[in-house]
Amino acid sequence: MHEHTTLPPPVPSDHHADANCASVLAVEDLTVSIGGRMLLQGVTFALQPGQLCGLIGENGAGKTTLLRSLIGVQPSPHGQVSISGLSPRKSRDLVGYVPQKINFAPDLPMRVYDLVQLGCDGHRLGPRWFSRRLHQQVMAALDAVGAQDFAYQRIGELSGGQQQRAVIAHALARRPRLLLLDEPLANLDFRSANELAGLLGHLTRVHGIAVLVTAHDMNPLLPVMDHIVYLAKGRAASGSVREVVQSATLSILYGYPVAVIEHGGRVLVLPHADAQAGEDGCYLMPNGSASGGQA
Amino acid sequence: MLTWLAHILHWSFLDSGSVQTALLVGGSAAVVCAVIGVFTILRGYAFAGHALGDVSSAGGSASFLLGISPLAGFLGIAGIAAVSLEFLGVRRAREQDVATGIVLGAGIGLSALFLYLDTTTTNTTGTAVTVMFGSMFTFPASLRLPAMMTAAAALVMMAILYRPLLLSMVDPELATTRGISTRWVGLLHLLTLAAAVALAALSVGAVLASALVIGPAGAAVRISRRPGVAILLAMLLGLTAVWCGIWMAYESYYWFAGRAWPVSFFVVTIIFLSYLTSVPLQYVRRRRFVRAMPMAAYAGG
Repeated sequence: MHEHTTLPPPVPSDHHADANCASVLAVEDLTVSIGGRMLLQGVTFALQPGQLCGLIGENGAGKTTLLRSLIGVQPSPHGQVSISGLSPRKSRDLVGYVPQKINFAPDLPMRVYDLVQLGCDGHRLGPRWFSRRLHQQVMAALDAVGAQDFAYQRIGELSGGQQQRAVIAHALARRPRLLLLDEPLANLDFRSANELAGLLGHLTRVHGIAVLVTAHDMNPLLPVMDHIVYLAKGRAASGSVREVVQSATLSILYGYPVAVIEHGGRVLVLPHADAQAGEDGCYLMPNGSASGGQA
Repeated sequence: MLTWLAHILHWSFLDSGSVQTALLVGGSAAVVCAVIGVFTILRGYAFAGHALGDVSSAGGSASFLLGISPLAGFLGIAGIAAVSLEFLGVRRAREQDVATGIVLGAGIGLSALFLYLDTTTTNTTGTAVTVMFGSMFTFPASLRLPAMMTAAAALVMMAILYRPLLLSMVDPELATTRGISTRWVGLLHLLTLAAAVALAALSVGAVLASALVIGPAGAAVRISRRPGVAILLAMLLGLTAVWCGIWMAYESYYWFAGRAWPVSFFVVTIIFLSYLTSVPLQYVRRRRFVRAMPMAAYAGG
């Protein structure tokens, strides 16, 4: 589906980013508290170009807060966030952001094309004049996500998967180096979720964009994800998919028994509802094995 | 045939200074309300728009009491109400409705006081009807310039804010990530809405102002696919309603044996009919879409 993409490689035009900086995103000792409650403490991790990283953790673990800190919306008193060597406020052109579900009203008079146009110049003041360059930029972003077929349809009348593609195209319109997505697979059916996961994998492989994505259901992302950052009790740890996606590790992380199974060459993560917590904090699986202790 | 048409249309009505002022001030109000109305609907501020109209009646009645320009009265109170709405907290839909209701109540209370003082301490008559339902044919010619300048200022502001406002409307968080201050954009939109409402209140009355702000824009939003097209269509509908309303009110003097009907009645009737017409048009447009994309799960499914 995405063989003919024309989205150029991310090249920041007007930023003096450090060309030698290997990491697209570097988070060091980030601490965030809201209303006196410490949500994130000493979070440290890095993301390289072309890497697709999953950000996982139970509800309220601070995933969205972390993303908001990375885009400079959530102030962080301690720690440092660097995007291609720049602070979040100075690197807005280098970051594409896809927020949690946007509710597009069916009667919203806006086409997918218009939304992507806003991704290019939505922050500018004054009326917009026709520009061939702007048109090409919009079409490249639409092409990159396979949204050309419905580019001129009202966005509110499209399916959830198509709307999500449109929002990703909006985020890609300025050719970012880093793409942040907050629960993009939520409320999508199997097919749409898997197609979207494939699209994210394609963006990392072909365009070299670094992607950080939060998801409750990580199964669609597992085939394309190569790194995981997980949040628990305000702290973060990271590792490769092989290291993190293990029954014991995930059970500790979620505080709930989780089974990791292999089927048809794919790894699947499932809640193990039949397991019960033992006295020592380990989860006992129906077959008698222990899957890990409480975090 | 042409003689008959000229007689029916009474083109001589354009020679009247009162009619010219009504067409200019009413037309300015229609254009500004159309542009701002589209954004007001898309941001979910229709109730706030209606409330600003009602609240501005306090300014209209105060202007009669103080002997100042009614436009200044409507504009002043609507502006204060707009700032209050923003700072009372309109972040969430529920808070927005509560804040709007509180400001609305306070404004109507002031309006009641000023209208009472108007009737008991001055010898003006018909103030309440003029403030609440408008009286376009009584506009003084001196009102043309300030009304058109107010309209021009509001249009310039909307042209400047066009893209940031659209992005804020899609998702405030998305706009914030692009460096847009949604608070300032929201405040400037409400102040511009106040200017539109003041012009509409002057034209069709404070109570019916929301019809001019919401009606043409509501119909245009239903049948347009692009924000720019929706704005142009709303302008066309608003201008048609106001100018046809003025003409019909003028003509009604001859239709009903010297008892002309109010302009406001004709304007809001045309707006109502255009909105009704937009409903089947929207249905037809959506059926075409479903036929074109049978696999699409529409309406956000």
